[in-house]
Amino acid sequence: MTDNAVESEGVKLQTPSRVNPEFKHEVLSMPGGETLKYCFQCGTCTSCCPIADITDSYRPRTAIRLAQLGLEERLLSSDTLWLCAACYTCTDHCPQGVEVKDVLRVFQNLAVKKGYIPRVYREVGKNILNAGYAYKISKFKMKKRIEKGLPPLSETPPAHMEKLAKATGFHETIAEMEDEE
Amino acid sequence: MSGKSESTGNSESKKDAVLKYAFYLGCATPLRERAYEISARRVLKELGVKLVEMKGVNCCGLPIDAVNHEMTLALSARNLVIAEKMGLDILTLCSGCTGQLMKTNKHLKGNRESRERVNSYLKIIRMEFKGTIEVKHLLRVFIEDIGFEKLKTYIKRPLSGMRIAAHYGCHLLMPSKYLEFDDFEDPKFLREFIALLGAEPVRYADEKECCGAVIAGVNLDLPLNLIADKFRNVKNAQADAMTTICPSCHLMYDQHQSSAEKMFDETYNMPVLHFTQLLGLAMGIPAEELALDELKVSSEGLLTAMEQTAYVGQSVRKVWS
Repeated sequence: MTDNAVESEGVKLQTPSRVNPEFKHEVLSMPGGETLKYCFQCGTCTSCCPIADITDSYRPRTAIRLAQLGLEERLLSSDTLWLCAACYTCTDHCPQGVEVKDVLRVFQNLAVKKGYIPRVYREVGKNILNAGYAYKISKFKMKKRIEKGLPPLSETPPAHMEKLAKATGFHETIAEMEDEE
Repeated sequence: MSGKSESTGNSESKKDAVLKYAFYLGCATPLRERAYEISARRVLKELGVKLVEMKGVNCCGLPIDAVNHEMTLALSARNLVIAEKMGLDILTLCSGCTGQLMKTNKHLKGNRESRERVNSYLKIIRMEFKGTIEVKHLLRVFIEDIGFEKLKTYIKRPLSGMRIAAHYGCHLLMPSKYLEFDDFEDPKFLREFIALLGAEPVRYADEKECCGAVIAGVNLDLPLNLIADKFRNVKNAQADAMTTICPSCHLMYDQHQSSAEKMFDETYNMPVLHFTQLLGLAMGIPAEELALDELKVSSEGLLTAMEQTAYVGQSVRKVWS
């Protein structure tokens, strides 16, 4: 074993984590984040999670602990925050009544506010703002619908999408991402 | 109740009345899983259920919940309001839409603070959430509004000899406090549906395992692991086919099946049919009218075997493989 314990240039020391003692209060104040305080770290969420079952990198319990400890940056900048499959198995199994999936979603929403967001959400967000649907609507597909005897797909008023997006702050997020391009 | 059935009264007479719903398609069904829409419309026509198209609807909001929860609530509430104005309950095909719309509906009905906040967004587009309707997935309509007993009278060609594995998915069952349907840990509704069609419901390991569709856009490898697991379990149980009740689950198991096969260098060759297609077949509707040709994993072998076994009570597997 000692043979392997040689220092190499590639070794990076982990930067000390900054603690934000106010972070848990921010989570608790957001709709869906209220139950963060009930978590006593039993690990039921991780043990029943279908994603944690197949990868070592995703652990819902750890995410919740990081928030309780105030390790905001480490939590929000993590790629693995986006591996929640939204199946709600954790929520339904938590013995403490923690709405685990909703708490994780609050973390994701806060990560977005800090500029951490996977690319795919930009596409989906733009599609919704443009035409109301999560997927792009192609003329080919619309033509095919009629050929197959299906009624035309109902059109969403884009002005409604824009107004709701502006009222909820969603517009800002998507617009910022467009600027970056 | 809102004008779901044209004659009101006790539950017995409700089952005989003409059922009428506001039909909410969502995004995945019309834009990625057309066969589901075609087969659903076809069987509902046969069953005499009236669908009223919803004008000007939008995405249910689920796909962007991780980005902005408030926008998700606003989007789903807007759809609910459109149905409220129609005076009809919503009928859905997608489990994701069902979960999102039901959660928003129940949450806003019971929580004044959230309702007022969401209504402050809706006011800008001159809408108001009132909380006067319900949301139902098609399978729940079969169970709760039509009833399996009545549905059974429509079965003209039982799928005898066919061994079918049920994939439940997540969002019709969890979070259970909002969905209030069956047993979220060991559900049986889809197995009972398969039995109703005259086929044999197959039990297999990890029946409740998620398809992972929600994270496919972020990381496709993980869902491919999940679906490969599912196919191994379903094959171990010697199922002839699988059935799904959600377009996103179907997309994973049908359209991504070949990717999983490539990733693990395995062959599954597992036809995955929408539950509406199975019902249509059992009702004697020709396969062409149920868009079976639109499935990526061919169901041809299965159908031929079905033809040969239908009246002799043989196992499909013996003929097919």
